[in-house]
Amino acid sequence: MDVLYFAWVRERIGLPREQIETAAATVMDLVEELRAREERYALAFSDLSSLRVAVDQELVDFDAPLAGVREVAFFPPMTGG
Amino acid sequence: MHISVQLEAFDLGAVSADFARGHTDMGAIVTFTGIVRDLPDDPLQAMEIEHYPGMTERALRGMAEQAIARFSLGDALVIHRYGTLVPGEMIMMVATAARHRKDAFEAAEFLMDYLKSRAPFWKREITKNGSEWVASKDEDEDALARW
Repeated sequence: MDVLYFAWVRERIGLPREQIETAAATVMDLVEELRAREERYALAFSDLSSLRVAVDQELVDFDAPLAGVREVAFFPPMTGG
Repeated sequence: MHISVQLEAFDLGAVSADFARGHTDMGAIVTFTGIVRDLPDDPLQAMEIEHYPGMTERALRGMAEQAIARFSLGDALVIHRYGTLVPGEMIMMVATAARHRKDAFEAAEFLMDYLKSRAPFWKREITKNGSEWVASKDEDEDALARW
């Protein structure tokens, strides 16, 4: 699936998007996988209360399932307007 | 319904006039415009706005559809810019058309409240001391409880 990062999440991880082969059942499982990868991921995902997640471009909670999902995006709380 | 996420500046007068035209059954048009505001203590050189192409348009469309249904609007418009802006520039606008003013005002507030914390935009302020991502405010999240 495609994993996208925006704003400071993108900066901390150092790339805007990547393709990830994963068997993660939920967003939280994917976060655990990413955290275990490298320090920069662990740092970006250290405080989930300061992160939001969208699955196929819809905001969801971290326990959302990933079956059939094509795109997951992680970003800070939004500041539009 | 008109939704636009764009790099270019927009002409508030022309957009408002176009929006108002052709709604003979709508007695009230409300427009709100957001402007890049300078910082009092640390002058703002620029504001950078990042967004999530695809999700942004979809989120704005969803909000406008909700506003139209909930406030019986004749029409709704949202324009939001991204890229690099300087103080005084217009960032975004909403417009609502309703039979009566109360619905038009409320729908504009509803759209603004949702847009602040549910549309995937992120602002970064650039000053001579560096750049910082704008933090979200609890009161913006709390504002949604009203709806």
